[in-house]
Amino acid sequence: MKKTLIMLLALILGAGFIFSNDISITGSTTVFPIAQMTAEMYMEINPDINISVRGGGSGVGIAALMNGQTNIANASRPIKTKELKIARENGVDPFEIIIAMDGIAIIINPSNKIPNLTFEQLKNIYNGKIINWKELGGKSAPIVVISRDYSSGTFEVFKTLVLEGDKVRDDALLLASNKAVVTTVANTPGAIGYIGFGFLSDKVKAVSVGNVMPSEETVNNGTYKLARALYMYTNGKPKGEIKDYLDYVLSEQGQQIVEKVGYISLQ
Amino acid sequence: MKDKMFKYITMLTAILSVVFLFGIIISIFTEGFSVFSKYGFFNFLFGTSWHPTHEPAEMGIFGLIVSSIVVTIGALIVALPLGVGSAIYLSEIANPKLREILKPFIELLASIPSVIYGLFGMAFLAPFIRKVFNLPIGLNAFSASIILGIMVIPIISSISEDAFSSVSKHLKEASYALGANKIETIFRVIFPSAKSGVLTGVLLGFGRAIGETMVVLMVAGGSTAMFKNIFQPVRPMTYAIAAEMGETVVGGMHYSALFGIAIILFIITFISNLLMQMIINKGSN
Repeated sequence: MKKTLIMLLALILGAGFIFSNDISITGSTTVFPIAQMTAEMYMEINPDINISVRGGGSGVGIAALMNGQTNIANASRPIKTKELKIARENGVDPFEIIIAMDGIAIIINPSNKIPNLTFEQLKNIYNGKIINWKELGGKSAPIVVISRDYSSGTFEVFKTLVLEGDKVRDDALLLASNKAVVTTVANTPGAIGYIGFGFLSDKVKAVSVGNVMPSEETVNNGTYKLARALYMYTNGKPKGEIKDYLDYVLSEQGQQIVEKVGYISLQ
Repeated sequence: MKDKMFKYITMLTAILSVVFLFGIIISIFTEGFSVFSKYGFFNFLFGTSWHPTHEPAEMGIFGLIVSSIVVTIGALIVALPLGVGSAIYLSEIANPKLREILKPFIELLASIPSVIYGLFGMAFLAPFIRKVFNLPIGLNAFSASIILGIMVIPIISSISEDAFSSVSKHLKEASYALGANKIETIFRVIFPSAKSGVLTGVLLGFGRAIGETMVVLMVAGGSTAMFKNIFQPVRPMTYAIAAEMGETVVGGMHYSALFGIAIILFIITFISNLLMQMIINKGSN
């Protein structure tokens, strides 16, 4: 009795996954727009395949891949050694595919006239050594430091490229999304923040870093250093329709979608 | 036969809630326990530095606990006078017609989704507070307290109103018969005998405010610095869990620490619920 009940339950829960040719994609909210748009376009070309895309975050995506709950995990950071270890223990072999690039822009309030910051200055603003815009040649006003949350992929990149091992100052605002950073910087004259290129708008002003303006071109030619890769992970080398979908993402059409949703295509 | 089946079906639904409750308790304790054993319970609870992804990780949540308590007390300071005041007016002073109009509006406050409160706080209140007090940043404990306070008003108001209304008519009439006027009656007779009801409302409001996630995520600012003044950005416990869970390594130390925060939050709300039950039981005796 108990056994059949458990079997039945497993069957119901597992059915959606085991008995269909659907592809499920889970993970990073940064990669989500790319996955969503490419999936929609791909399904238009291949109506018999159903792709479901979910967010949740890079960690959630990779965990789902480890547990066999998703076919593709989106991540805005490379997989960590610890995650790789757990995956291998579960008999999952994560296979990494870089699907796009994303630049990180440093933004300030449009009322702020500072045009450029060096890496050194950025580091000292975020670790708390520079606390007033006066020290950078601006008007005397406290710098409101805005960062992304500790576990966000964007923070991870910023931490590695800018902070170089320093801790972000304790009183920095740690906001949960790119959009929240944009809104706050737009409403706060003394604020500085960082966001993915896709979220730039005319409500905030992007500054050049080390005299290089953030743009697709400067990321591609390697002069703008604040950039990162975006990833999709599969269990082992992709096969069948999963491979077909990923080929589509990497194709010219797929990369056009990448551009369209605000990221930088692979060249 | 039918009666029996109905009995068992309803019993099953009742037991299911208990199953859910224990399922949740067991899972957060098993996921969160390793941070206590590996990082040390006292280091975790009383450490003042929260840098969970730094090398080496610093996972002291004392600042987060203080932030949660600060915005919650702030919310109650906002909501208590407004909630109790409106309850007194509705139950004792307003004429029935006006009461029928006002009451649904106050109750409507309770039905607004918290994300809408958050949106309002982020886009309107925070910039306004920043300008009025000439602050560098409007996303802070003060703004969060105000928004949470508005959310708590209907809870305190409706429970206090029930308490005021259920004060025996004989008591009120006796008070008037002794020559007391309305204000004296409200403060000397009605209020003391409805005290436990008001307190229940406050504790319910406490639970609502300390557990609220969306509003603090959008309005509190999220900085981990130790609380010094009400105009600084703060990071309540719910903020840290919601903002950091998605991207973290499942099964890692940071992951476990977030469950550890959930355990502490659970214990705090459990205690406030226990207190509330004690007050209700005492009141009914």
